[in-house]
Amino acid sequence: MAKLTEKTELVQVRCKVNGDAYTGTAEPRTLLVYFLRDVLNLTGTHVGCDTGHCGACTVIMDGKTVKSCMVLAVQAEGASILTVEGLAKGENLHPIQEAFWENHGLQCGYCTPGMLMSALFLLQRNPNPTDEEIRRGIDGNLCRCTGYVNIVKSVKAAAKKMRGVEVTA
Amino acid sequence: MTPKKFAYFAPASLKEAIQLLRENEDAKVLAGGQSLIALMKLRLAAPAALVDITKTGDLLSYIREGKNDNLEVGALTTHDTLERSKIINKKFPILSDAASKIGDQQIRNRGTIGGSCCHADPAADLPTALTALEPEFAVRGVKGKRVIPQSEFFVDTFTTSIAKDEILTEIRIPHTPPKSGSAYIKHSRREGDFAIVGVGAVVTVGPKGVCRDVRVSLGAVAPTPIRAKSAERHLKGKTLDEGNIAEAAERANEEADPPSDMHGSRQYRLDMIRVFARRALNLALSRAR
Repeated sequence: MAKLTEKTELVQVRCKVNGDAYTGTAEPRTLLVYFLRDVLNLTGTHVGCDTGHCGACTVIMDGKTVKSCMVLAVQAEGASILTVEGLAKGENLHPIQEAFWENHGLQCGYCTPGMLMSALFLLQRNPNPTDEEIRRGIDGNLCRCTGYVNIVKSVKAAAKKMRGVEVTA
Repeated sequence: MTPKKFAYFAPASLKEAIQLLRENEDAKVLAGGQSLIALMKLRLAAPAALVDITKTGDLLSYIREGKNDNLEVGALTTHDTLERSKIINKKFPILSDAASKIGDQQIRNRGTIGGSCCHADPAADLPTALTALEPEFAVRGVKGKRVIPQSEFFVDTFTTSIAKDEILTEIRIPHTPPKSGSAYIKHSRREGDFAIVGVGAVVTVGPKGVCRDVRVSLGAVAPTPIRAKSAERHLKGKTLDEGNIAEAAERANEEADPPSDMHGSRQYRLDMIRVFARRALNLALSRAR
């Protein structure tokens, strides 16, 4: 069994992000969001509050939304992760991104990467949500600009675009 | 907001995990991490080592019928799974109520029932709800397995009777008789906040609408979740009507010893216990019929 001191140093983390295999090193205390941003250079995922409240750092890990500031990078060993960078296909925006664009679902845009991931998770589970279900679905994502009205509108529009279309991590 | 340095272990079996807990002074079990990692980031907790039990081959995420007329819930079952489970919604809606009110979707996706119980925050939802169900907690340690009854599990704020080198593996919830209903409601200023007052209720209706059995549990009003025994005594054997429920609820705060803090004064909490006990009992009763 490894000695305690050896294990506090850098360890290797292997995971799949947006379909690509990555290997990076991190301290056990490195949070997943910093691993994504600083080690893998995937800076689309934002650090908002850094206290697990705001949801700006939301990514989809093994099919479920998580706040990547509340997960250790080492916990993502072997995991499959989808970040905002994995939504668009080349020049083509994801239907949820299109819907946010068309319905003014963002103002400053800081919460948007996390909001998009929560919207995707919701729509995968519930392709035709009511306004109330949308509001509950994004209960872990704070937006300080929009008042949420246009975000709910955007998710509703995205649902329409996506209905019947399967999108997976 | 980076935790203090610690060693990380992801053992391949529970046996190895228990060994690691035994060998490493100041090691903590890591499950979903939605309480522990938050505390570590704030440096309110700084364990020297984390033993991640989510990567052991021993799968601890399940909800299944047990052998002794009970339901077995694996310790790593997430709040999201509890909230959506058909069998939990049917048999123990008190638990799906509680799970659905924890944090937000992302936290419910990671947080586990075992983690919430072991963390033992007196304001947490699942420990309060479980207290009304009188479950047993199955733990595994170096000396083997043992079962802790609910009445002995929660010891104090953030403290359980699980030993340092033991791991909670399963929660066994006894089934309630036919014509039983259960509910958990919570008073908080915002969705997903910790409870200012949380109330769980289980009601069993007997012949002629008489209360055959009743259990009321309270959270956030004492160092551990507690039972409102006086209210229970008052209702048992009486007709389950609005008047008797209201009278029982009036007594629901007799065992409580709530703190005063920024979320509410002691007196406010004592008052709210009565209001929410009445609502929880009525909701539980409506589900019993």
